[in-house]
Amino acid sequence: MSSYSNSSNDTTLMFQLKGGLYPLTALQLLGTDLSAFEQQLNAKIKQAPKFFHNAPLVIDLQKLNQASASIDFKRLIDILLKKKLIPVGVKGGLLEQQNAAATAGLPILQEGSRESSRNETTPEKSPIISTLPETPDNDTRHNHTRVITEPVRSGQQIYARGGDLIVLAAVSHGSELLADGHIHVYGPLRGRALAGVTGDNTAHIFCQSLEAELVSIAGQYKISEDIDQAIWRVAVDISMEGSRLHIRPL
Amino acid sequence: MVKSESKIIVVTSGKGGVGKTTTSAAIGAELARRGHKTVVVDFDIGLRNLDLIMGCERRVIFDFVNVIQNDANINQALIKDKRQENLFVLPASQTRDKDALNQEGVERVLTELKKDFAFIVCDSPAGIERGALMALYFADEAVVVTNPEVSSVRDSDRIIGVLNSRTKKAEQNQEVKKHLLITRYSQNRVQRGEMLSVNDVQEILAIPLLGVIPESTAVLNASNHGIPVTLGTPSDAKIAYQNAVAMLLGEEPLDASQKGWKSKLLGGLRLFNRSPA
Repeated sequence: MSSYSNSSNDTTLMFQLKGGLYPLTALQLLGTDLSAFEQQLNAKIKQAPKFFHNAPLVIDLQKLNQASASIDFKRLIDILLKKKLIPVGVKGGLLEQQNAAATAGLPILQEGSRESSRNETTPEKSPIISTLPETPDNDTRHNHTRVITEPVRSGQQIYARGGDLIVLAAVSHGSELLADGHIHVYGPLRGRALAGVTGDNTAHIFCQSLEAELVSIAGQYKISEDIDQAIWRVAVDISMEGSRLHIRPL
Repeated sequence: MVKSESKIIVVTSGKGGVGKTTTSAAIGAELARRGHKTVVVDFDIGLRNLDLIMGCERRVIFDFVNVIQNDANINQALIKDKRQENLFVLPASQTRDKDALNQEGVERVLTELKKDFAFIVCDSPAGIERGALMALYFADEAVVVTNPEVSSVRDSDRIIGVLNSRTKKAEQNQEVKKHLLITRYSQNRVQRGEMLSVNDVQEILAIPLLGVIPESTAVLNASNHGIPVTLGTPSDAKIAYQNAVAMLLGEEPLDASQKGWKSKLLGGLRLFNRSPA
């Protein structure tokens, strides 16, 4: 390689942290007998082998809420990997169970929105945020609501950790707004807006003109194509009603 | 002429092929014609065009990378324009790749240029990778060249975001002064709804308008002959670029006939009232 400067002034970044939204299948454990589990899993895979191949899975421990229910996570991971299923994390369950999972190398994922009910043949999908951008640790404000006064440019990503996000300018195509709380845009919303990213399904998104590429509350999302033309370019309030997004003109 | 602080102006866009090199040459030549000692620097290592557009491709001995790597000093690489005594070109290398540019080297060259030149016009390559980032990092001001169509506007928006965050000025909590230059504008196509209007572009990009350069055969003629548009025969593009430079220098608009032409082009839009950032 020709001369390459590694001086401390070099602005070439090696990585960036970005938020993302990825649909994942959740495997909800209903018992702790891993031998039976393995047998039943094999049978299920035989029904639709291609579907399960290299599928990322979230292990849902919600139904194992008794203290006596302990899982050998290392064995569970082995079983899954052998069948080419890839566990990417756990959600739900008791603290001891989550700790055991963490010890076995599985991250704990925050609760997403309630899954919408589907018929039995298709697995339930749980949209989950995979990574959130960093904010500085020295943020000691009591109220973590962020106010942005300049236009949010294409490619920019703004995350209001622990609070609401208020934008007093236009939000361009190709930009991303994220907030643990509400998102308010006093201008056109043309990029993506994800409110309640850590699971708060009471979060709202407000904007003066809905032209968004994607809107999401607590993981439940809608893309631009699926937004009714009648409320396009209109001032709206987006909230979660039940398990669906509801868009109401202001 | 009182020598004030030297200014580095980057001509950038994000999108390729919108008129950055044409604009760099036109603006550089016009600044020189008005008496300011100006150098235009080609940051497009490996895909150099500035020397062609400026008509000095047969006089390139040493280039920007040679100077950074201390193979030559700056005076050996600078090419003096034969038509305009205040105008100089620092060409790029055609055989190296852009990894040859490093921040410390670029800073050293620019610092040396600042001693002699009133204006340093940095002709940026397209994109948001190393070459483009190097070209804009040390900028005091930026001319964001945009065609009135959606992908160019989207890319310009992106590059404005980069100007706000990845420049030396941004690191020092200062602002790079940004100017919007709309190029290849066609009033007919706007009226037919095929192209965005000046208002549309301004609404999305929200930076002050420097000027509007009409689509013009003069541009192709100029590059074919290696003559910057502003040094060539009179044309609509030439007048537009001259007005843009006047605006850049903070001057009042030029004579009434040019103002009349502008009003006609934009259907009565008050071009000379720059909108706030």
